[in-house]
Amino acid sequence: MSGWTLRIANSRRAPARQLVWLLDGSWLQLGGLTKPGGHAPDGCEVENRMSSNDNPPAEESIHIDLRKPGLAALLAWLWPGAGHLYQRRYAKGVLFMVCILGTYFFGLGISGGRAVYASFQSEDFRWQYVCQLGVGAPALPAIIQNRLVMNEEEPLIGEGMMAPPEQPVLEQHADMLARWHEEMPTTFEMGTLYTMIAGLLNVLAIYDAYAGPVVASEEDEDEEKPPPDDSKPPAET
Amino acid sequence: MSYYLSYLVPLVVVISLVYGATRHELMVPILSHAVRAGGWILGFMAIIFGVLLVLSWQL
Repeated sequence: MSGWTLRIANSRRAPARQLVWLLDGSWLQLGGLTKPGGHAPDGCEVENRMSSNDNPPAEESIHIDLRKPGLAALLAWLWPGAGHLYQRRYAKGVLFMVCILGTYFFGLGISGGRAVYASFQSEDFRWQYVCQLGVGAPALPAIIQNRLVMNEEEPLIGEGMMAPPEQPVLEQHADMLARWHEEMPTTFEMGTLYTMIAGLLNVLAIYDAYAGPVVASEEDEDEEKPPPDDSKPPAET
Repeated sequence: MSYYLSYLVPLVVVISLVYGATRHELMVPILSHAVRAGGWILGFMAIIFGVLLVLSWQL
């Protein structure tokens, strides 16, 4: 079983943390983890050390079961949050899904479905699509649309959604791409930005599904170091 | 001006939450980290805004 042990020190901001501690009663369990003294689901071990007066924990030690990290990373790429759901890290899975897909579809929506398209022509190389492809399956129809349009067939999805603009696209000329910019002066660019950021954020989520939280991996390295062996006698000079 | 700035708010929220989630496992530290990260992002942008405002003062 592959997993990480995460230690979180919470010595600062005690008053604010106490307030949050009062409010977090049930939804913490959404994360496949339990409150101190609770029962953890299979593959998850939680160790919380409480102070004597039931204050928020001074330090928490959490074991995260990453299951098959490669498969989790693949799922996380295909559908943001799916890798975490596979790992039973439900709260983070839902958080990633809502944040990343919300950003992606908001960007796609405000641009009328035009902001995400694949074009690999030299005069219209859509480099933004490389970033947008980070969200996985939701961006893949653009490749199908590209193939269909390039073969002069009807796009699969209605009204040219996620289809590249009619070629050729020439700089400083009144082509279809220029018309999109004219019709949607702000939303086309903003939609492109939102969908790009969604794809890049999912790269972070994929890494988290594959290797666990960044802090955990750093501390795990410290814990893997063998303790100094005091039993050995000092070297004689 | 305010119309364009309205696009900033959801982006800051989402980026802060995802960034915090990649550094913690529990929701409370994630939210706490997200609040701090959002503050840093807005603060950094405010500094850049101030620098550009000063540089463009006489233009």
